[in-house]
Amino acid sequence: MREAAQVLVDAISVGGLYALTALGIGLIFGVMRLVNFAHADLITFAGYAILLFFVQSTAFAIVAAALAAIVLALVTERAAFRPLRGANPETLLVSSFAVSFFLEKTLIMVVGARPKGVDFLPGLARQVEIVGVRLQLLHLVTIVVSLGLLTGTTWLLRATRLGLEMRAAAENFRMAEALGVRANRVIAAAFAISGLLAAAVACMIVAQTGLVQPRMGLQLVVIAFVGTVIGGLGSLPGAAIGGFFVGVGSILAQALLPEALRPFREAFVFIAVALVLIVRPLGLFPSRSLRQRI
Amino acid sequence: MSLDSEAVLRVEDLTIRYDAVTAVEEATFEVGAGEIVAIIGPNGAGKRSLLSAIAAIAPRARGRIEICGRSTDGVPRSEIVRLGAALVPEGRQIFTSLSVLENLKLGATIRRDGEIASDLDAVFAEFPILAERRRQMAGLLSGGEQQMLAIGRGLMSRPRLLMLDEPSLGLAPMALAQVYEKLTAIRSRGVAILVAEQNAARAFAVADRVLIMSHGRFSLSGRPDENRTHRDFDGAYFGVAMSGASWSR
Repeated sequence: MREAAQVLVDAISVGGLYALTALGIGLIFGVMRLVNFAHADLITFAGYAILLFFVQSTAFAIVAAALAAIVLALVTERAAFRPLRGANPETLLVSSFAVSFFLEKTLIMVVGARPKGVDFLPGLARQVEIVGVRLQLLHLVTIVVSLGLLTGTTWLLRATRLGLEMRAAAENFRMAEALGVRANRVIAAAFAISGLLAAAVACMIVAQTGLVQPRMGLQLVVIAFVGTVIGGLGSLPGAAIGGFFVGVGSILAQALLPEALRPFREAFVFIAVALVLIVRPLGLFPSRSLRQRI
Repeated sequence: MSLDSEAVLRVEDLTIRYDAVTAVEEATFEVGAGEIVAIIGPNGAGKRSLLSAIAAIAPRARGRIEICGRSTDGVPRSEIVRLGAALVPEGRQIFTSLSVLENLKLGATIRRDGEIASDLDAVFAEFPILAERRRQMAGLLSGGEQQMLAIGRGLMSRPRLLMLDEPSLGLAPMALAQVYEKLTAIRSRGVAILVAEQNAARAFAVADRVLIMSHGRFSLSGRPDENRTHRDFDGAYFGVAMSGASWSR
């Protein structure tokens, strides 16, 4: 019973990280139909920003991570994706691979490919006891941070003018423009938010693993992208929920599968994904409009 | 055609091409302040291309467009409404996943003044059905209600000119009558209206002036009550040989 609670909390915390990652990817897909695999590098660069500054102060490292990811997101948008705006999704996808490879290789050239140890947020590594169950404080903090950011993003999208413009642009970009919505503004805002979400994920991952390495973002993004597909590309709640369940599923598979099969847990997650897509090809929460009209 | 300085829209020598196909050729016309002008013509005549070019949605090959005295050369799509021209596009293009209220608020995207709330009330007073359904997802509205919403959304930018592309398309006769009733009401508030229509009878009933278009050209323009307009209109529509095709007021 206690063990089940521990596994569940672990699963929910990992699910939260995938939900944040999937939401970051989903936001960009929503406003410009770009599947941004360079989201991985936002996470990675934020991780290295933590590596650079964690000795000075934790707060400084967190701010540096956020700034690094947001600035990198805005720079990739301006330099790589803005000139391709309106290109077909395949072109955008390939260009995001190119941006991602470029950033990863540049990073390897500068800092090397070997993982580096980071003793970030050591205070969260201890266990706390809640109603008789010993839980990792870090897992609980991760859940709280994930919930906070999901709520914050939801609030921004639901309750602010910018959020309304972003949702309108996600449904029908050209009509939104015809009403006066400025494309550069909503797209840059989406990239900035995705950068912030990536930075939060980086902080949690670095605290959990104690490591940074040039590919740390990639595995997360591949799995989270699967989550956005399950949730239904173009639907933001769908992306967050899909990411969450993929994360939870992979941890539960780890805990519940027989030992011999555990190395293949991702395969089981992908089988589940394939089954979902056979039943619902557009995902669980399909977006209303993936096409531009007018 | 006199070029008076009151015009909210002035189009000169506008030519629109898609690859080798010429959709509109050398169109020249204007819409005066508070005027209802209807562009009538069969499907494929170039009406939509014309409105799209004015809204900077479709590119133009040649010609000049002025909205409230300002040229739209090089003006991006999002700035057209800031010049004073709002578009109610074909197929309505409301945001189906957003609420009725949110759709209307988006209409006021360009505004930062404090009167948006009172303008919302004005739209709700004009279209009571929208007030009843303000929290509903716009995709759940009927076709006629969606058309009302698209018009209300256009008005929220406080335009000098409202451009409507085929507002009658897919509407039941009752809804259609309502829409056209509203156009007259909107004009009486000083908003000029440019409406592209296949449904000639409706347009004739409300327009101050009609422009008849076929094969990318205006075949004539005139007041709808003039017999001659009717006769040549029949020609443009049904291919009867026309005399004096370049006649204009």
